[in-house]
Amino acid sequence: MIETDRLTRRYGHLTAVDALSIRAEPGQVLGLLGPNGAGKSTAMRMIAGFLAPTSGTARVCGHDVQREPLAARRALGYLPEGAPSYGEMTVREFLVFIARMRKLTTEVGRRRFDEVVGWLQLEDVLEVCIDTLSKGLRRRVGLAQAILHDPPVLMLDEPTDGLDPNQKHTVRQLIDAMARERTILISTHLLEEVHALCNRVVIIANGRLQADATPAELEARSRYHGAVSFSAPGSGVSQEMLGRLPQVAAIEVDPLDGRITVFPKPGARILEPVETLLREQGLEVSEIQLERGRLDEVFRQITLRGEA
Amino acid sequence: MSPFFAIMRRELRSFFVTPMAWVFLVIFLVLAGILTFYTGDFYERGQADLQPFFVVHPWLYLILVPAVTMRMWAEEAKGGTLELLLTLPATLWQAMLGKFLAAWLFIGLALALTFPIWLTVNYLGAPDNGVIFAGYLGSWLMAGSFVAIGACLSALTRSQVVAFVLTATVCVLLILAGQPQVLDFFSGALPRKLVNALAYLSMLRHFEAIARGVLDLRDLAYFVLSTLGWLLAGVLLLELKRVR
Repeated sequence: MIETDRLTRRYGHLTAVDALSIRAEPGQVLGLLGPNGAGKSTAMRMIAGFLAPTSGTARVCGHDVQREPLAARRALGYLPEGAPSYGEMTVREFLVFIARMRKLTTEVGRRRFDEVVGWLQLEDVLEVCIDTLSKGLRRRVGLAQAILHDPPVLMLDEPTDGLDPNQKHTVRQLIDAMARERTILISTHLLEEVHALCNRVVIIANGRLQADATPAELEARSRYHGAVSFSAPGSGVSQEMLGRLPQVAAIEVDPLDGRITVFPKPGARILEPVETLLREQGLEVSEIQLERGRLDEVFRQITLRGEA
Repeated sequence: MSPFFAIMRRELRSFFVTPMAWVFLVIFLVLAGILTFYTGDFYERGQADLQPFFVVHPWLYLILVPAVTMRMWAEEAKGGTLELLLTLPATLWQAMLGKFLAAWLFIGLALALTFPIWLTVNYLGAPDNGVIFAGYLGSWLMAGSFVAIGACLSALTRSQVVAFVLTATVCVLLILAGQPQVLDFFSGALPRKLVNALAYLSMLRHFEAIARGVLDLRDLAYFVLSTLGWLLAGVLLLELKRVR
């Protein structure tokens, strides 16, 4: 479990994190979302104990990170931003060093080492210097380091940043597999990641909490939530006619591909009426879609409001 | 294994994966030899002891200890591994002592490898080996103080060059503090007590006493306390970085 209570960090006059209170429970993947410079990394550094909070508290598994730093750090696996590691060491040396720092016994250490190396497919590079590894492999070494001691709480700062789509997929599968009984906090500025991974999202901008909701709830805030879009090539669909439907609030036509989006009035459901209308008019529709809402739009709306 | 040993082992290994450690050892041994024989008049003195050898040690450490210690924290800060290291379950003291001890043992190894000169002086005459042992002990203790200074100042900056220059500057000031020229310069301006205190801070003064074979508790305490003091300052500096 991770809890923060009015966690605040100031650098001189600049407030990087402003009274941030969040809570992540076991079984949860909490996504910390925000534009670059919003304070995501600073918040994580305070939870990990690398930076001291100016005020407020953070607790990992009930251990205050300031008062019981070692107990909190033992319960936490942390991947810092950029996945730093000792470049002159081989992957094996590095992981053995981490195992020693974590006081894993030889037996437990060896078992976990084999497991983790297997999960992250690091077998072939064990004897290679970390300096010479690709970015994706280095990120995987960083992940291996974070999960080596099987921590109940995992905190990953931009775990898939700079990875190619295949590597992202692998890392996401891994996080998903670990999520069941653990508390996982990831920071990201990639919205696709929220869909793929998180069951709750905290959006921060300028160090302040702007939203704390499930991805579905966020999507429901979108203008596009419940809208119906369709392509009807070659047919002169009458916008006028659609506009006459009582449930419809607005209609937009994409100037590039001619795709038509129909927006509902608040609370109205318009898929059926629109379909009926189209059928009655005998119009050919190649494809029709009910929109769930667009996270990128909600994200922009929330974070720009926060910056204003 | 405790985090302290894990850090010490990692540091020791990191010395030897680059050629730097070997270059350091060779330069140290060559310089120690040359300076002893040429500037120390090892033969011409006609005495079977290692005084001319030990006299050059402070000046050797002045260049070589900062080279060993400059990367200690600066490199971690620059490469981002500081965040990794300080979020692992280890205290700042464990990390600082682990790093310090690794560097100190390394200097100890360099010192131990000067044993041929001890063999030489025993072959040529009948020196007082007790005095020589005291000299080695004093030299290693002095090296410890230098390493602690380097460890502290390396935590101050992300730049290894800055760490080197700062460490060398502080070390040269501490060596020179007790020299008559320096004391004369200050004796006009400062009260007598302060000048005496300044003289007491001098590394050289304490080291020369030990190197002559006089194991005075005050001299030993000077090195031990100054080492601990600089390490404490280093730990406080790291703590301050966390808060600020």
